[in-house]
Amino acid sequence: MATLERAPAKAAGPRPRGDGPRRPFWTARRRETLAGYLFIAPQLLGSVLFVLIPLGLVFWYSFHEWNVLAGSFHGVGADNYRALADDPKLPGVLRATAFFSVGLVVLNLSLALALAVLLNQKLRGSIVFRTLFFSPVVVSLVAWTIVWGFLLQKNGGINAGLDLVGVEGPNWLRGETSSMISVIVVQVFKNVGLNMVLFLAALQGVPRELYEAATVDGAGRWRQFVRITVPLISPTILLTSIITVVGSLQVFAQIAVLTQGGPGNSTTVLVYYLYQQAFEFHHFGYGATLSVLLFLIVLVLTVVQWQMRKKWVFHES
Amino acid sequence: MSSPAPLHPRPGRGALVRGKPVALAAAGLLALTACGGSDGGSGSDGGPVTLRMTIWTGNEEHLKLLNGIAADYRKQNPEVKEIKFDTLPVESYTTALTTQIAGGKAPDLAWIFENSAPDFVASGALAEIEDDEDVLPAAKKLWQHEGKLYAYPFSTSPFGVFANTDMLKEAGQPTPAEMIEQGKWTWDEVAKVGGAVRDETGEAGMVIRDFDYKMWDNLATVWDGWGAEPWSEDGGTCAFDEPEMTEAMTYLHDAVFGAEAMPAPGTTADFFAGEAAMTVTQISRASLLDDSFGWDFVPLPEGPAGSYDVVGQAGLGVLGNGDNVEEAVDFLAFMTNEKNSAALGRYFPQARSSQLDADTLAKSNPQLKPAQLEEVVIGGIENGKVKPTHTNQAELFDAVRAALDPLWKPDADVAKTLQDVCSAIQPQLEK
Repeated sequence: MATLERAPAKAAGPRPRGDGPRRPFWTARRRETLAGYLFIAPQLLGSVLFVLIPLGLVFWYSFHEWNVLAGSFHGVGADNYRALADDPKLPGVLRATAFFSVGLVVLNLSLALALAVLLNQKLRGSIVFRTLFFSPVVVSLVAWTIVWGFLLQKNGGINAGLDLVGVEGPNWLRGETSSMISVIVVQVFKNVGLNMVLFLAALQGVPRELYEAATVDGAGRWRQFVRITVPLISPTILLTSIITVVGSLQVFAQIAVLTQGGPGNSTTVLVYYLYQQAFEFHHFGYGATLSVLLFLIVLVLTVVQWQMRKKWVFHES
Repeated sequence: MSSPAPLHPRPGRGALVRGKPVALAAAGLLALTACGGSDGGSGSDGGPVTLRMTIWTGNEEHLKLLNGIAADYRKQNPEVKEIKFDTLPVESYTTALTTQIAGGKAPDLAWIFENSAPDFVASGALAEIEDDEDVLPAAKKLWQHEGKLYAYPFSTSPFGVFANTDMLKEAGQPTPAEMIEQGKWTWDEVAKVGGAVRDETGEAGMVIRDFDYKMWDNLATVWDGWGAEPWSEDGGTCAFDEPEMTEAMTYLHDAVFGAEAMPAPGTTADFFAGEAAMTVTQISRASLLDDSFGWDFVPLPEGPAGSYDVVGQAGLGVLGNGDNVEEAVDFLAFMTNEKNSAALGRYFPQARSSQLDADTLAKSNPQLKPAQLEEVVIGGIENGKVKPTHTNQAELFDAVRAALDPLWKPDADVAKTLQDVCSAIQPQLEK
């Protein structure tokens, strides 16, 4: 923008000193620049107020001990980071987070892709199914989760259904592994429609001729999928995987509603743990430190994915 | 944005284009700065005062009573412009309250749960309030620190057992009143009767209300019958692995998974919806009863250690950092004076010696018979032990909850699980 502002001066050449007619301050360029700034001002202001300043404050808080009840706030240096290294609960929390993220990403992306491929066929009623699979995306997350909470009870709808076919279902939310699987599945069904739509759009952009040529060359459907479809939709696979990985690390409401981190600490993922530390246990400084850890994990994972794109994403090498 | 701006616009139009965005931006900034302004109350400078109090009830009758008291107070104290009662959801009440405090928007007065009492009282978050001699010393204990009172125990509510007498009869089982008469009102008998109800009707036998395999402090209503304690009196030593606790927990485990007298984890049964024969809860829940089934309210069953009483408490305190501490303390004294506390007693049992007789209580608890009040309420308030509390309660409670989870499986090793609870929480108790 700086060059834009200087431009009129250059165009006008050296301004005659003294009694020449004064150019108005608000030249067209300046006004345009101002208008540009004003247009981006709401977004910029929002980002600064609600993203950048809080982000900076989180780093600042992580070097402090803040006792809300006593009203005390004082610097503790790197104590919170030392506590992070010594926290006996943290390894379990990170394991649970990794379990959730890997489970969610694998299940979500593969199911979304499978659904997209199925619904991309010219079949009757495919629009109905697309709407059906997409509709949970627009349902309130908490309402969705509460309903699933009822279904997953020991005497809930899912076990009643299993009972009809003679299977005794587990106590879904009380077993350490089954509770985590339940949370993952609830989340996958909630959001799989979004990735499905993105994949569908990508699939429809793959030129038909390539498949025709491949068929002439004698390639089977699986070979066509692996050699043509996957490489051509790889930019979308990258996008969906980044969104899903980042989203999976931020899971909170489902855990808060369904399991509250239990049984034991089996579903205490990082965001839920930092919420507990900050808002339930009143360790705001340590909660901020956990946020910094989460920030670094998301940053590293995103950078790694971004770097890896050169290896496998079409058009990127 | 597609066509470039004319180099020399007409002056009039230029003025319009210039003027508007700047004015808009200025208005936006003004609005933003206004957001950061004060939240109304300004007691210290003598201006009109607005008091805000956080509560966890949204019950219309409760709010009507509270607003009535507030209106009376404002008549006498015109400088208090408004008294607002802010209902926060009960499940996340303490979290919401502390978040408000952290955000610099603390209420002037707040209800406080007994389990967070030690944290609030010891931290210095509350202002000292006037002591009232009429309030029983046992009820004040939790709310005192170094000899000073920091909150008024506005509700001291004893636990008892509500029984669905229709369901018990249907299952061919004796009612608690009959069992009391025969001297058989014990936890062992409750397990037998509860199991029989489950077999005969398919409904739940006995529900420890609000426990739900998470809020474990409600189990104090059972284990106190064994004389068990979660930790030593000074709070420094874990007592989950003591023999009394092991026996009490073994009883509970057997009642859930053996006799099936209590609903298993992951199943819900609401007594007040007619889904259970008996439930342990506070007298204040009587308001949930309708005439859909016959019911009775009796004291807690006896355990091996004999009869006992447990109370749940809630306090009412003034936040010390507010602008209107003086006015808030004054309003609290008014709200809990003899006349108003008698009115509050209708919903929130008052631990006042002057009001602790069956006649006074009967006026405020029309659903209960004088005998029921005498046995459960008066005895409970006078002798009841408060549910377990400790400083740093949220973290400690979550640690116990997580460590107790392995107990709630059919093949659990009770003694070993309780030892694990102690290894998990002992470092926190020593803090």
